[in-house]
Amino acid sequence: MNILSNIGKVITVFLEETGKFSFFLMRTLRALIGRWYFKNIFQQILFIGYYSLPVVALTSFFTGGALALQIYYGGNQFNSESIVSSIVALGITRELGPVLGGIVVAGRVSAAIAAEIGTMRVTEQIDALKSLSTDPYEYLVLPRIISGIITLPLLIFFADIIGIMGGWFIATQSLDFNGDVYLQNTESFLEISDITSGLIKASFFGLIITLMGCYNGFYSNGGAQGVGNATTNAVVSSSILILASNYIMTTLFFAT
Amino acid sequence: MIEIRDIHKSFNKNKVLKGINFNIIRGESAVIIGRSGTGKSVLLKCILGLINADEGNVILNGEELYNKKMNYISQKKTKIGMLFQGSALFDSLKIWQNVSFYDSRKGIKKKTCYKKAIENLNKVGLDEKVANLFPSELSGGMQKRVALARAISIEPEVLFFDEPTTGLDPISADVINRLILEKVKDIGATAITITHDMASARVIADKIYMIHEGRIIWSGSIGEMEESSNKYVNQFINGKSLGPLTFDKN
Repeated sequence: MNILSNIGKVITVFLEETGKFSFFLMRTLRALIGRWYFKNIFQQILFIGYYSLPVVALTSFFTGGALALQIYYGGNQFNSESIVSSIVALGITRELGPVLGGIVVAGRVSAAIAAEIGTMRVTEQIDALKSLSTDPYEYLVLPRIISGIITLPLLIFFADIIGIMGGWFIATQSLDFNGDVYLQNTESFLEISDITSGLIKASFFGLIITLMGCYNGFYSNGGAQGVGNATTNAVVSSSILILASNYIMTTLFFAT
Repeated sequence: MIEIRDIHKSFNKNKVLKGINFNIIRGESAVIIGRSGTGKSVLLKCILGLINADEGNVILNGEELYNKKMNYISQKKTKIGMLFQGSALFDSLKIWQNVSFYDSRKGIKKKTCYKKAIENLNKVGLDEKVANLFPSELSGGMQKRVALARAISIEPEVLFFDEPTTGLDPISADVINRLILEKVKDIGATAITITHDMASARVIADKIYMIHEGRIIWSGSIGEMEESSNKYVNQFINGKSLGPLTFDKN
């Protein structure tokens, strides 16, 4: 009886969460035909993109360098100049750039969005917005989501370049590769579709990160602890969704 | 002007409002009193549409605010201002931006918004010095004044006050009470205040409504309240622990 009751509770919570999320998504979509707050979009682009650049750049640079070392030591060292450069380029643009960049941004941005909107919820600022005839979905949620979708691909494009340069730096400084040859190999091996697939992924990750931040913040309750839970849930859910959706998108883009 | 008709609201199995009925005439200052947890804030949020009531309706200037499916309809006819319990100032915006938030949304120029914000700050006894500060840099009493300036900035016909003096020292509380009284009379607005601060109620109320267990159990003027033989009212206004209003052990 106890087991059945617990299963029932889990199903109820799942259905409740699904319903709540569907409603949130529907209201957000409806905000698309409402008023657009361009100033808020611009502020969020700065926050998500510009201020995330250092941390994403560092992550990407060291990932590119570590990848070059791994391929060199683990692979065929006789033909390594072409192999290292090509695998670093492919690995960074198709997978590591968007996924690691996405997870780093999720840790920074999704948490910040959930904390900000969550605090606004528990201090009645969202109610105050409504009382001043302002739709919080139009004013708070939509600008963040649009900014995430626009900014992540730009951020990841820079991350791709820096990641490749990280590989180049390690290859030329530690492995005694010829820098020009390394770059020529990278250029000849890399195709536009490798870059665009990564940028499409990044755009989708931008949607996930901001959506999870806004959703968890919007429904937070219970004061400081509630805001803390919302922040944790936003980071955990966006990280898991990034990894899961990355697998699905990789299958769609490359398995056929 | 404001008709509250048979408002019901439950949260899961907990029935908070069990049929609230009352009317408030234009220009009247109504105060709803009652113990914490009796549904005062829930009632206010149902009237404002911040949460949806389960049954009943609110009629504002002849306009029904709930449709048949009990969805709140954003009414257009009447401007409503609200002073929240914790002030609810937008902490990412400067004081003047908070006060002129409504105007800035209507596309009014920044310079005009600033000027109007200063005028409204002056009305609540604050000067230009605070205009460029952020809410976190002000005391609780000053934040309440800014929130009041924001509420009156939309030139409302109806004003709602949710526990306006909570967390303030007696002097700051009295300043807020006097300001509420003054501003409500100045702009000729109808006001609904919820509070359990009797000193505040005595200053600002034309009519008092007492809510208990989700129902209005008494209403009358301040004078009638002071002389009421209703044992609930008597216990509440005198702040006695013994009486029909028992301490909730849950």
